[in-house]
Amino acid sequence: MLCYEKNRNTLIVTLSGELDQREASGIRSELDALLEDAQIRRLVFDLSRLRFMDSSGIGLIIGRYKRMRRRNGSVAVRGVSERMGRILDMAGLFQLVERLA
Amino acid sequence: MGAKNHMRLDFPALPENEAFARVAISGFMLPLNPTMEELADVKTAVSEAVTNAVVHGYGGEGGEVRLLAAYSEEGVLEVKVIDRGRGIEDVAQAMQPFFTTAPGDDRSGMGFTVMESFMDDVQVHSAPGQGTVVHMSKALSLREAALPRRA
Repeated sequence: MLCYEKNRNTLIVTLSGELDQREASGIRSELDALLEDAQIRRLVFDLSRLRFMDSSGIGLIIGRYKRMRRRNGSVAVRGVSERMGRILDMAGLFQLVERLA
Repeated sequence: MGAKNHMRLDFPALPENEAFARVAISGFMLPLNPTMEELADVKTAVSEAVTNAVVHGYGGEGGEVRLLAAYSEEGVLEVKVIDRGRGIEDVAQAMQPFFTTAPGDDRSGMGFTVMESFMDDVQVHSAPGQGTVVHMSKALSLREAALPRRA
């Protein structure tokens, strides 16, 4: 599930529940609709309310990173558990995306 | 393997069954009294394998996925995820990090890498048109109170 908050140029997206392939495709369409707003320059994923995430999370975040980069924007993640950090790190995600506390 | 317990589950290759397979494997391994960490490791690996079967094995064109699991007295858990879908031409290539056949689709190509890092062993048997078998195993720590013996 996705909740969001828009603060000028920043879109903060809080994901909850279990992020797998099925969930990721739903979130992707919702998020891409929100990113139609060309004002948004920074996208922050809050993962603190996720109970589960597999490699679908990598694809979701990297896909949005590419989209934000095309408009010279940036992406960050926060609330990353040790396990999620391990999965995201396998793909070298933190070289592209800022990890916030 | 000298299985103490085993199970078999067949379900259609539907995205909603990714979550179902995670719950099923969790329930099956509970008598082994796994740590939260071990439970999450296995759930994640199963989620990856079932997703591969649904998305790549069958590509949304129906089909059945079979989940087999067993564990021994020693606490070694074995899991197989089997599909009869299109199969993989080059297994070694498919298992490389970042390899994906659908890059435009937000596929990270990290599924097998995740399975390999959360399980002790991952073997993949596949051929084009023959489907795919992912065979994974993991030795659990068998903490106290796991598998109590009959008096």
